[in-house]
Amino acid sequence: MRDLRDAGHLLRLVAVFAVIFAAFLVVRAVLVPKGFGRYGHYRSEALAEIASRPIAYAGHQACENCHSDIVEVKSKGKHKSVNCESCHGPLAKHVDDPASVQPAKLDTTSLCPRCHTANAAKPKNFPQVSPEDHSGGVPCDTCHRPHSPVIEEAEAKP
Amino acid sequence: MTMTRRHFLVLTAAAAAAWDSILAGTPEAAPSYNASQHWYGMLINIEECIGCGSCVRGCQQENGVPDGYFRTWVERYHVADWTVESPTVDSPDGGKHGFPELKEPGGKNFFVPKLCNHCADSPCTQVCPVGATFVSPDGAVLIDSNYCLGCRYCIQACPYGCRFLNPNTNTAEKCTVCYHRITKGLTTACCENCPTGARQLVDFKNPKDPIHDFLKTHSVQVLKPYMATRAKVYYYDLDGSVR
Repeated sequence: MRDLRDAGHLLRLVAVFAVIFAAFLVVRAVLVPKGFGRYGHYRSEALAEIASRPIAYAGHQACENCHSDIVEVKSKGKHKSVNCESCHGPLAKHVDDPASVQPAKLDTTSLCPRCHTANAAKPKNFPQVSPEDHSGGVPCDTCHRPHSPVIEEAEAKP
Repeated sequence: MTMTRRHFLVLTAAAAAAWDSILAGTPEAAPSYNASQHWYGMLINIEECIGCGSCVRGCQQENGVPDGYFRTWVERYHVADWTVESPTVDSPDGGKHGFPELKEPGGKNFFVPKLCNHCADSPCTQVCPVGATFVSPDGAVLIDSNYCLGCRYCIQACPYGCRFLNPNTNTAEKCTVCYHRITKGLTTACCENCPTGARQLVDFKNPKDPIHDFLKTHSVQVLKPYMATRAKVYYYDLDGSVR
C-alpha cells in the first residue's frame, strides 16, 4: 500500500476509464438488438419473424386429405401433376375452416385458356388451342372434365 | 481480500465476456425445424414453362406483393435468326396474365421464369450497411424488414434485378423462397402453383431430393455465372441468349 500513496491521480484515471467502459457496455446493450451476431452480422430473431408469416396456399397434401375422390379422378388424367390450388386459388382458410370458407366456383371459359391458349413460345408438345376457334365461347367444361380433361371415345358418342 | 489493479483488470475482461454472452441470449426453441439441415435452391426447367403466369399470381397472393412489383416474374425471349446476341425480351405485367401472341413470326421463342437466385456469395447482402439482409443458415437470402433503412444499396447491387423497394413499407423486398412455407415443410407458392412442374424447390442437403439424380444426368446452368455469385437457382435447357 505504501506504493499507492502517491498514485491517487492514476486511480482517478482508472476510475474515469472504468466509468466510460461501463457506459459503453450499457449503451451497447441498449442499441444492439437481441440475437444480433449469433449466426452472422444480422438479427437471428428475424428468421423466426419471417417464418411466422401465415400461409395462403395450403398445399396439395392438405387438399388430398379430404378430397380423395378428386385425387382418384385426377391421378388417371393428364392433369395429375397440376396442384389443386393452381386452378382453385389459395385455400388455406378453407382448410382451417372447411364449413364457412368455400372456394369460389370457377369459370372454365377464362380459366383453361390461361394455360392452353396457343402461343409460339410455349413448348411444342403442350396442348394449345385458339379458344375462339376451338369452342367459340362455350365453357370448356361443357365437353371436358377439368380434373381429367381427355374426352373418352365412349363419352364423345352421344 | 483486497482488490489489486491486476485483479480488477482481469475481472473486467471476464465480466465483459460474460455480458456479451448474456446479450446474445439463448437460442429460440425451433419446434422441429433445424435450419442447418437444409440448403435451399430451385430448379427451373425451361422446356416445361408455358408462360401461364401462375407462379407470379401465386407469389403475389402468398406474399402480398404490391401490384406492379414482382418477387418472381416470367420473361419471354424472342431470338430471331442470326441475332442470338440481341434477343427481344418482353414481360407484360411480369407475365402475370400470360403473354399475347408475338407480332414477329418465326425465330426461337421461349419463357424464362426469374426470381431471386439465393446466391451463396450474394452481392446484395455484402453491401447492406446495417446487417438487415443476410444469407440464412439454410441458404435463403432474407431481409429483416424491421431493421432495413430503405437505402436501396442492395437493390443496385443485385445483378439479377430481383429486389425492389416496397412503396408501402419503404423497405427493400425480395423473394424469401417462401421461408414461412418451407420451414413448415411445404413447397414455395410458385412451385405449388406451377401446373407443369417447371419450377421445383430443391434442398441440396436432403440426400433423397431428386435434384441429385437430375444434376448427374442433365446439363444445367445458372444466370450470369461470370458474376461468381454462386447462385442456387439452376436452369435446365437455358438458351445462351438469356441475360
